Amino acid sequence: MILYLVRRILYAVPIALAVGFFCFMLVQIAPGDPINAIVPPDAPGDVVEQVRRDYGLDKPLPVQFGLWLMKVVQGDLGRSLATGRPVWSDLQTAIGNTLTLAVCAALLGFIIGCILGGLAGTFRGTILDRVATTFAVAGVSVPHYWLGMVMVVIFSVQLNWLPAMGAGPGGSSDWSWNWEHMQHLVLPAITLSVIPMGIVTRTVRGIVSEIMNQEFVTALRGKGLRRFDVFLHVVKNAAPNALAIMGLQLGYLMGGSILVETVFSWPGTGLLLNSAIFQRDLPVLQGTILVLAMFFVALNLAVDLMQTALDPRIKRA
Amino acid sequence: MSSTTPTAAEAELAVQARQGAARSDGYWSGVLKRLKRDPVTLFCLAILFTMLMVIVFAPFVAPADPYQGSMIRRLRGLGTPNYPLGTDELGRDMLTRLIYGGRLSWFMGIVPVIFAFVIGTTLGVLAGFAGGKINMAIMRVTDVFYAFPSVLLAVAISGALGAGIFNAILALTMVFVPQIIRVAESVTTSVRNLDFVDAARASGASAFTIVRVHVLGNVLGPIFVYATSLISVCMILSSGLSFLGLGTKPPEPEWGLMLNTLRTAIYVQPWVAVLPGACIFVTSICFNMVSDGLRQAMDVKG
Repeated sequence: MILYLVRRILYAVPIALAVGFFCFMLVQIAPGDPINAIVPPDAPGDVVEQVRRDYGLDKPLPVQFGLWLMKVVQGDLGRSLATGRPVWSDLQTAIGNTLTLAVCAALLGFIIGCILGGLAGTFRGTILDRVATTFAVAGVSVPHYWLGMVMVVIFSVQLNWLPAMGAGPGGSSDWSWNWEHMQHLVLPAITLSVIPMGIVTRTVRGIVSEIMNQEFVTALRGKGLRRFDVFLHVVKNAAPNALAIMGLQLGYLMGGSILVETVFSWPGTGLLLNSAIFQRDLPVLQGTILVLAMFFVALNLAVDLMQTALDPRIKRA
Repeated sequence: MSSTTPTAAEAELAVQARQGAARSDGYWSGVLKRLKRDPVTLFCLAILFTMLMVIVFAPFVAPADPYQGSMIRRLRGLGTPNYPLGTDELGRDMLTRLIYGGRLSWFMGIVPVIFAFVIGTTLGVLAGFAGGKINMAIMRVTDVFYAFPSVLLAVAISGALGAGIFNAILALTMVFVPQIIRVAESVTTSVRNLDFVDAARASGASAFTIVRVHVLGNVLGPIFVYATSLISVCMILSSGLSFLGLGTKPPEPEWGLMLNTLRTAIYVQPWVAVLPGACIFVTSICFNMVSDGLRQAMDVKG
């Protein structure tokens, strides 16, 4: 167990390094000289050469990667070309906002998905199963950015119930847990929750119907246990896998919220990425993707460890 | 890890192989028979086929010119005479734009999956069949790509390369290759350890022949089914890239890009503005249903 723990954590290190290398290469594969990502295009030639030397861009690629890595580890992700501010400072508020949105959406999707999937798995082959499965397929097939637009049309334009843009009154990007702000969260969170809802429904349905077919459930029933008590046993058996799916979904939502954030102008990492793409602000693009991917790597690790800890049936060495 | 072979799947494949040998009317006619008894899949196939016909013969079907706009009839509503689905922000006929838009959306939804299918199957079968260091090298590289959520990976690559159809296709292919490699590798590993492969080797078949005849025959089905399930994802992602301004460039009609340019029109003509997304939704749900139906008809697990 301890051995597995150490091995799994050590295994995450090369992955994290490789992810870092990929993000480093993003600027290299971008058309044009990477120097243009640092100096303004109208800078005089000798200044460009000076900067090139200062940043070590005249050195071979592996050395450059090493230099870049040293800076990143110290929290220096470079400066934005558009604003001139350090990337990390803009990124901090954005990550907080995206995390708020993603956690709410993941929770919502997880709860609805568990209910639908549990019902579908228990009453397999009935109308209930059909309805839940249809919801699940629709959830994974819907282009969620479009669903966001439809939500805005219905709840903001037609009914005028909820705001369509931003994360707070007056377009402020500072978040706090009061209704003024929370009403801005409702539509994007529901929109984003549709994806995990579909996937969790599918998975939980599979897990539950598999458990229901096992002999111990029949034995419990034969013993005369009440429905609710049988249900508790099923939950206990399904929980580790369901929680693992939920953890990974949170990671997908963190990285995948860019489209929904664009629709709702939610001031998170997605909106940051979107404007970085528009302005070809490569340092911001690189930094945001690096941080999101690292978050996903860490989450993967946490999910694996949690699953091992929660499920005594998994024996890993 | 993935190299440990699931014995249940092995047994399953062995049973399938034996049945395949015993059946006289062939595997595919059985699949076809099962598909014919599945009304939902047939219905979705019919919708997809109709759509395909309409977009292929777009010049004959579409009532107007997709690029010809008019400033005096911008953003007309549904049911306007001569413009049954209204007009867009530049006064172009929506119905025509939707029909022509399907061409690029379908193209960008299917082509990356085909590329990824070819590349991913090659590498995955190689990794599964060769094992050892080659397996190690290929699978560890795919692990790195798995460290990115797919939307983020697509946005990262095409964001760095810049807008354009070619870059978007490249980015999407890179998103799907690792996923197909994983499936191909695990199926190949379980087939490789079956008795009939040993028998073929013992009777002197070369590695190439074993792969071509015995391995590919058994792994292509499951990989193909998995690839069809990716078309829906690919369509949503590629339209999403265009929606972000990364895929197709205006004035080219494409569903995702149309959603983007019509975004501000939701306060004027909300139901016209959401039409392109509805097209993406219908196409993607149909591809998903057909993929599920195929999975059941071909009796593929997982």
